[in-house]
Amino acid sequence: MDVAVCVKQVPAPDTPLELEPPAYHLRRSGSLVLDEPDSFGVETALRLSEQSGGGEVVVISMAPRGETAGLRTALALGATRALLVSDEALAGSDALGTARVLAALVRRAGAALVVAATESSDGYSGTVPVQMAELLGYPAVTFAKHVETDGARIFAERQTDFGSEEVECPLPAVLTVTAGAVEVRYPSLKGIMSAKSKPVEILALTDLGIDPSTVGRAGARQEVISLEEAEHRSGGTVVAGDGRGHELIVELLEKRGVL
Amino acid sequence: MAERLMAGGSTSEGAGGSSYRAPVADITEALQVAGVWDLLQLPDFAHVDRPTVEQVVVEFGRFASEVISPTDAAGDSAGSRRDDRGGVVTPTGFKEAYGRYVEGGWGSLQFPERYGGGGFPWAVAVALQEMFASANMALSINPVLTQGAVELLLQWGDDRQRDTYLPRMVSGYWPATMELTEPDAGSDLGALTTRATEQPDGTWRISGTKIFATWAEHDLADNIVHFVLARAAGAPAGTKGLSVFLVPKRPPGPSGEPGVANSLRCARVEEKLGIHASPTCVMEYDDAAGELVGALHGGFRVMLTMMNMARVSIGAEGPAVAERAFQQAYAYARERLQGRRPSTPPGERAPIIEHPDVARMLLQVRTLTLASRMVVYAAFAQRDLARHGAGEAERRQAEARFGLLVPIAKAWATDQGFLATSLALQVHGGSGYLEEAKVAQRLRDARIGPIYEGTNGIQAIDLAVRKVSRDGGRAMSSLCDDVMATVKVLPLPELGPTAQALEEAHGALTEATAWVAEKYTSSPDDVLAGAAAYLQLAGVTLGGWVMAKRALVAWRGRPGGGAGQQEGQAEVAAGESNFFALETLSDAPALLRRVTAGSGRLTPLWSSRPGLA
Ligand SMILES: Cc1cc2nc3c(=O)[nH]c(=O)nc-3n(C[C@H](O)[C@H](O)[C@H](O)COP(=O)(O)OP(=O)(O)OC[C@H]3O[C@@H](n4cnc5c(N)ncnc54)[C@H](O)[C@@H]3O)c2cc1C
Repeated sequence: MDVAVCVKQVPAPDTPLELEPPAYHLRRSGSLVLDEPDSFGVETALRLSEQSGGGEVVVISMAPRGETAGLRTALALGATRALLVSDEALAGSDALGTARVLAALVRRAGAALVVAATESSDGYSGTVPVQMAELLGYPAVTFAKHVETDGARIFAERQTDFGSEEVECPLPAVLTVTAGAVEVRYPSLKGIMSAKSKPVEILALTDLGIDPSTVGRAGARQEVISLEEAEHRSGGTVVAGDGRGHELIVELLEKRGVL
Repeated sequence: MAERLMAGGSTSEGAGGSSYRAPVADITEALQVAGVWDLLQLPDFAHVDRPTVEQVVVEFGRFASEVISPTDAAGDSAGSRRDDRGGVVTPTGFKEAYGRYVEGGWGSLQFPERYGGGGFPWAVAVALQEMFASANMALSINPVLTQGAVELLLQWGDDRQRDTYLPRMVSGYWPATMELTEPDAGSDLGALTTRATEQPDGTWRISGTKIFATWAEHDLADNIVHFVLARAAGAPAGTKGLSVFLVPKRPPGPSGEPGVANSLRCARVEEKLGIHASPTCVMEYDDAAGELVGALHGGFRVMLTMMNMARVSIGAEGPAVAERAFQQAYAYARERLQGRRPSTPPGERAPIIEHPDVARMLLQVRTLTLASRMVVYAAFAQRDLARHGAGEAERRQAEARFGLLVPIAKAWATDQGFLATSLALQVHGGSGYLEEAKVAQRLRDARIGPIYEGTNGIQAIDLAVRKVSRDGGRAMSSLCDDVMATVKVLPLPELGPTAQALEEAHGALTEATAWVAEKYTSSPDDVLAGAAAYLQLAGVTLGGWVMAKRALVAWRGRPGGGAGQQEGQAEVAAGESNFFALETLSDAPALLRRVTAGSGRLTPLWSSRPGLA
C-alpha cells in the first residue's frame, strides 16, 4: 500500500516567531524544520506501510524557496521519496489553497492513504486535512490515536470529546493522527546518509496544472484582520497541603462534571 | 540573547532541573570556526555535505538529550557494581541507551565506509562525543575508548585483525578498552611489568595486573576487546620494550562469533569521586590469549595513536560538563530570587541573574565552554587535514599542528571544564553544594578530566619538551602567525578589547616559546617548572583566538552581511569575545612571567624538607 504523508516545514522552535503584516503570515525567512506534530504522521505512515506488506511512503509538502530540511528528516526516518511544491505564487495561501496543492500532490503520488497531523504547531487551523479529503472525494478519519491496516481498510481508534471510538474505513482515505499517537523513531546515521540519495522532486504550480489565481494571496478567501495578544493565564488557585488536597481535587472535578 | 544562548534542537524535559538540551546552534558554529566546512571540500569527504552534518548534529543532539541524558542521574547514584561472579552490572537504563546508540550507528560516523562507518571527519564526530558526554559522561567514555582503539587497529592492525574486529568495534557492538596503568606504572609507563609470552603458534599469553581499567568489564555487550600494553619476554627495559596486545574477553572463533571466556577477570571495581557509572576495574590476566598488534617492542608508538585520539576526546569532556553545568546554573539564576537591584519594584526581589557578580560568573562559564569547545574541535580538524589534506606539505604541516594541539586541547579544556563546573555550582549558592541540585555531580565528574589519559602535568611536559623544544618552536611559531593574522582583520572598535588582549597574548606566547625552545637543553628543570604555565598560556591564547574567529564569522554574517543570522548575534559574539579577552586572555603577560621564572622558585619546598631532591 502506498501512503502519502503531509509534512509542514516550520521555523525551528528556537527561533523567535515573527508575523508579517498586512496579512499576518508567519515569516519563514530562516531555516525550517519538520513540524513536530508531523513526525507522528510520518511514523504512522511508515508503520502502516510496513503493516500492509510494504509500498512507498511519499512525503508531500509545500514550502518556500525549495526548502527541504524537514523533508530530509522524514526521508531519514524511512520515507521513500518526497514531492515538494515551491512557488512564489503560493505566498499568502490560506488553508483551502494549501489543501488544493496538497490534494494535487496526493494524486500525483498515487497513494491510497493520506496521513496528516491533526494540526500544525504554527498555524493551528486544523482544517487542511479535511478540506483535502473533500477535494479528493475521500472519507476523512480524524484525531486517530491508534491505527492499523489490512491494506484495504484502516481501523482507527479516534479521540473524541467524550472518550474514544473505533472506526473502520475503506481506502482511499485521509487520516489525521494526534500528537503522541505513536512513539516516533530516531533516525539512524544510515537513515540520514541514505536520505541523501532519495528522490526529492521540486514542482511548480504549472507542473500540477493548478491555476495560480485559485491559490496564494490571490486565491485566499480567508483573511486575518487583526491580532491581539492573548491574556496571560492567571496564577490559578494554590491549595496549601494539609493532607486534604485529594478531597479538594475530587470536589473540583465533580463541580466540572468530569467525575 | 537569553533565548539564543539556549538554542537547541530538543523539546524534551528530561530529568527535572538537570535536563540537558543539546546546544545545536553553538555546536554548528564551533564546527564552522574549526574549519569543518572547508574540510568538506576535500575529495575524501565528497559524500558529506553541510546540510547532512547539520542534520547529524540535530538528530544526535535530540537522541543525546532524550535517550541518553535521562540515564545520567540514576547512573551517578547507583554506579556500576561488581557482582559476586566477577561481572559488572551497569545502572538501570544503560544497556538500552547504549544498545540504541549502537543501533543508530552514531559511533561509526568518522570511520571508513569499508568497515561500516560513515566516513565523516573526526572534527564532526567530536561534536557527537561532546553531546554524549554532556548527556552522560560516565557512559560516554566507553565509546571514546572504542573509537581510539579503532584508530589504533586502522593504523597498526594486520588485514585479518582489521577484518575480524573492526566491523564489530566500529559499530560499538564490541567495545574496547585501553589498559596501560599498573600499580607502579602510571605516568611512567616504562615501568610496567605485565608480561607477554609467545606461543609456538605465534599467538601470545598475557599475565599481569592492570589497574584503573575503564569499562574493562560490564554487561553492555557480548564481548570486550582489551588493548593491553605489556612487555614481551626478553624485551628491553623502559618504553622501548613495550608491545600492544589485543586480548578479547571471548576470543572469536573462525565464524567471528565470540567463543569461550578468556582467562582474565575483573577483581575489583573502585569507589571514586565521580563518573560513578563508569566502572574503574582492577583486571587480572592469567595466561590470557592475546594477539600482537603492530611491531614487537614498538608498542609505545602503537599506543600513542590511540592515546592521541583519546586525549582530544577527553578534552571534549571539558566543554561537555561545562555546557551542562551552564544550562543548570543559567536556569537557576533566572528563577532564584534573592536581594534587590535598583530596578527591582518595591516589595519584590530580584532574580540573581541580575546581580553583576552572578552575571560575571555565568558569562565566565559560558565563554570557557565556547572557547574550550572550539579548541578541541580545531585539534581534530587538524588531524582530519593531516589524513585527508590536499598535498603532502599541507598534510605534514597539519600533522605537526595536531601534535601540538593534542596536549593543549586535552589539558586546557579539561581544566576549564572543572573551573566552569565550580563556578556554575557557585551560582547556586548553598543549594549547589547539596546533591539535590544535581550540579555537584558535574563538579565531581569534571574532576577526572585533568587526571586520566595522562595527567595535565604530563601534558604540559609533552607540550614543552616534545612538541615545542624538540622542533625548535617551529609548529608553535606558525600557529602564532595565524593568531596574528586574525588580530589584523578584527573590526574596530567592536572587537577592540579582543584585538588588544590577543596581540599581547601573541607577544607573550612568542616570547615564551622562544625561551622554552632555547632553554630546555641547558636547564631542563627551568622549563619543567614552567611547563604548566606555558600550556596555560598556549590555552588562553588559542581560546582567545577561536573566540575572536567566532566573533568575526558572526560579524561577517550579520544582517545585511548576507548569511541570514539573527538580529544581535554579531554583537553578542563580539561581547563574548571581549569578555573572554578581559577575564581570561589578559592573564597572558602574568603567565609569561611564570613560564620564565625558572625552577629556583621551588627551592623553598625542597630545601626546607630534608631528604627531598
Ligand atoms: C577514574 C580513572 C580512570 C582511568 N582509566 C584508565 C584506563 O582506562 N586505562 C589506563 O591505562 N589508565 C587509566 N587511568 C589511570 C590514569 O591514566 C593515571 O592515574 C594517570 O596517568 C596518573 O598515573 P598515576 O595515578 O600512577 O599517578 P602518578 O604517575 O603517580 O602521578 C602522581 C602525580 O605526579 C605527577 N607526576 C608523575 N610523574 C611525573 C613527571 N615525570 N613529571 C612531572 N610530574 C609527574 C603527576 O602529574 C601527578 O600529579 C584511570 C584513572 C582514573 C582515576
